Amino acid sequence: MTTGSPTTPATDGSEQPAVELVGITKEFPGVLANDGISLTVRRGEVHCLLGENGAGKSTLMNILSGMVRPDAGQVKLDGHVVEIDSPKHAIGLGIGMVYQHTSLVPQLTVLENLMLGEAEGIRLNAAHAGERLRELGSSLGLDVDPKATTGTLALGQQQQLEIIKALWRGSKVLILDEPTSMLTPKGVAELEQIVARLKGQGLAVVFITHKLHEAISMGDRVAILSQGRLVGAIEPAELRSATHDELQERIISLMFGSQAAQAAGVAELTDGVEPHLPKRALAAELALELDNVTVEPGPGEIGARDVSLQVMKSEIMGIAGVDGNGQRELAEAIAGQRSIADGDVRLFSHSIATLKVAQREKLGLRYVTDDRIHEGTVGSLSVAMNIVLKQIGKPPFWGRGRIRYEAILSKARDLIGRFDIRTPGPETRVAALSGGNIQKVVLARELSFDPKVVIYSKPTYGLDVRTTRSVRQTIREQAREGVTSIVISTDLEELLDLCDRIAVLSRGRITGIVENGPSAQQRVGELMVGGQAT
Amino acid sequence: MTETTAAAELREPPRPREVTGGQAQLGRGGDFFLRSILPLVLALGTGAIILVAIGVDPIQYYKDVYSGGVQFAAWQDSLMRVAPLLLIAVGLIVVFRAGIWNLGIDGQFLLAAAVISGIGSRFEEHLPNTINLLLLFVIAGAVGAAWTIVPALLKARYELNEIITTLMMTFIGINLAQILVKGPFQDSSTTTPQTRAFDFTALLPSIPGTESTSRRWPGVHVGLLVAVAAAFVVWFLMSRTSLGLRLQVLGASMRSARHMGLDVPRLIIVAFLLSGFFVGLAAATEILGVKGYQRADWNPAFGLWVVPLVFLARLHAIGVIPYVVLLSLASIGGDYAAQNAGLTPQFTLLLVGLTLLFMALTEWIARRTAGGSYLPGASYRRHRAEGAG
Repeated sequence: MTTGSPTTPATDGSEQPAVELVGITKEFPGVLANDGISLTVRRGEVHCLLGENGAGKSTLMNILSGMVRPDAGQVKLDGHVVEIDSPKHAIGLGIGMVYQHTSLVPQLTVLENLMLGEAEGIRLNAAHAGERLRELGSSLGLDVDPKATTGTLALGQQQQLEIIKALWRGSKVLILDEPTSMLTPKGVAELEQIVARLKGQGLAVVFITHKLHEAISMGDRVAILSQGRLVGAIEPAELRSATHDELQERIISLMFGSQAAQAAGVAELTDGVEPHLPKRALAAELALELDNVTVEPGPGEIGARDVSLQVMKSEIMGIAGVDGNGQRELAEAIAGQRSIADGDVRLFSHSIATLKVAQREKLGLRYVTDDRIHEGTVGSLSVAMNIVLKQIGKPPFWGRGRIRYEAILSKARDLIGRFDIRTPGPETRVAALSGGNIQKVVLARELSFDPKVVIYSKPTYGLDVRTTRSVRQTIREQAREGVTSIVISTDLEELLDLCDRIAVLSRGRITGIVENGPSAQQRVGELMVGGQAT
Repeated sequence: MTETTAAAELREPPRPREVTGGQAQLGRGGDFFLRSILPLVLALGTGAIILVAIGVDPIQYYKDVYSGGVQFAAWQDSLMRVAPLLLIAVGLIVVFRAGIWNLGIDGQFLLAAAVISGIGSRFEEHLPNTINLLLLFVIAGAVGAAWTIVPALLKARYELNEIITTLMMTFIGINLAQILVKGPFQDSSTTTPQTRAFDFTALLPSIPGTESTSRRWPGVHVGLLVAVAAAFVVWFLMSRTSLGLRLQVLGASMRSARHMGLDVPRLIIVAFLLSGFFVGLAAATEILGVKGYQRADWNPAFGLWVVPLVFLARLHAIGVIPYVVLLSLASIGGDYAAQNAGLTPQFTLLLVGLTLLFMALTEWIARRTAGGSYLPGASYRRHRAEGAG
């Protein structure tokens, strides 16, 4: 297990880059994920891979980490051609990868999770592992409690643990796949420090992101991927000399073509957003009321306690908070997917607390779940079927118990056009679509059958710039048409961009409600921090 | 949406390059071969190697399977075997598609068989034959369905793992069937633990044209038609009705089903009852078409035979028919071949087991090359061509 430490600097004097990818091509059924991509990653550098969802970033890195084998092309490590045939092999070669979604076992302690990687030998060597953890922790500037139960750690800490795990066997290359997608601003700052330290220690870091400002601020070198191809690269010299705005413009034109760069609004999402929503006159009608709603927590959950909220018709109410503070429990309780232990939920002044999901749906309540792949859609069914999944048995799609394909297909074609869903056709399986298009399928379903109150859970989580913009636009348009929205998001910028008011959820309780405006960001931030302290 | 779409048009990116329009690099035919044919071929091949190893001529053995299953009027036996196996298969397809593992088939089967062989021979004097048979089919279906109620409720209400509960219930069912046969349903005219035999004339009539001059049985009983009809009914149910789609959504993901507002507990119960009902019908065809009575130690254990088949047929109610025919032939002919070769008749089960093993193996390969799995939820409406892309 003592295969060195990541602190071993790469000062062997050779000019060989740590990783060279040459002409990597990978084809999946229906999609050319990587099309002849060549990339060089050097020691002591952060190499950002920037691109929209489905651009091929993750595939490329999965090839490097042994999860996927390329159809063509070479991988060179320190100048030697290698055939990486499994993740284990990749780890042995010193390639560590931190995935977007945590692979830690929440019930185990920190140390146990780390020892899981050491599959060799029968007995676990806890003392040795503890020593290694201290060594790595101090080299990264982290203080990690080896005995803490992993599930109780904040997401940022879990990610730090993932990084330690990736470095456990002495990595030379560290790949971070969208590492900031689930972090708070504080977590992002901590991550930046860790990355800076690793860089200083001579590691080659690959940083996958779809956020432009991250690439600019963290990368020493940026490679831009689009549609499976490498469409451009920005060298260190240029990154240092050009201004932020110049770089941004340059990258957008590389990503979308020069014409697109001028399209209004693309830039606004690439960086911090100023709240710009004009004060709107809201109807005086109450749409959704939560009255001291308490939801019992399931295993590993926080639950919700005494949540009271009044949302007016056509209002966009934001719910801010760090992930895992009761957001899902609350959303599911409103949607009827779990029962409430106490309190009342009223829709247009009628209690819906005892109604089932389908009955609430009938009254115009919609829930856009954040788990669009496992909950919001059925991947093995077609786009058309997914669009009518909440209409099963109802006319015009079903008649006398039998399905009416023509009605379903024509509805699907209509919605595919209106929601700009990019799919080969209405009968393509949803699983074959990209994340952004799956989200559009979910939105098309939820927003097309006369919605009155819509709960959005992290509506743009993991989506690329263009889709994010279109989703937010849709939410605004719905509000203009009189639909009431509750937007649950961990992205404060998103809430400031969209909402009339923002409630802060912390440890399952509402710690305050803030009117959106110039000082809202600061006040929401205070409530988030203050709430956490209790 | 106008503003959104207008803006999107402005930046219309090239569509992802389409490599193949179909679902897999292999194409549909290759996928079919890999998942539905290759395991059988490999199992037969491995079976042949085993036969060689124990000194039996495999070519002769497989020839015997064929002649024992088809020639000399054995084809009637084989076709009669199709009836219960196909009914069990369609019952399993309903639950498996709903993502539920009903593995308590044998208990449901034997209990339904015991009840109708016990009470049926008492009814026969009082009722016209047709009504008597119809009634017994319904009773058998009801008993089979009733034996799924406990696992169904436990899963619907407490999310208890149905693999365990159905297996437990199958033990109870098998033993309860024995108790019934030895106890209340015992034929008082014999000391052998068995039910009173039906009168020949009270059994299922034959399909015209299948009669054999040289055999004890008049011909292939109409239970075969019941089974084929059931296959079409289940195919229609799963692919054309709202209930079928609901069951498939449940099978794809219980979380999705809940999210879509489906009544998950009710669907679980419906799926269980339907499968138990078909298993009960299977028992009726075997008792009323072939056996005519039930001995306490009789347990054909058809359940184990059928499970691999429904997966080979990728849970398609009509697609499973050729596999069931093949298995029936192998099971009837296998007895003959095994006898000739001096082997135990269980050798056929070994081939079934090998098929299952190779299915797992080819599935692993198929996943890497073609994607997807044996549980093709997408077969709801798979036959149609892609729409305007």
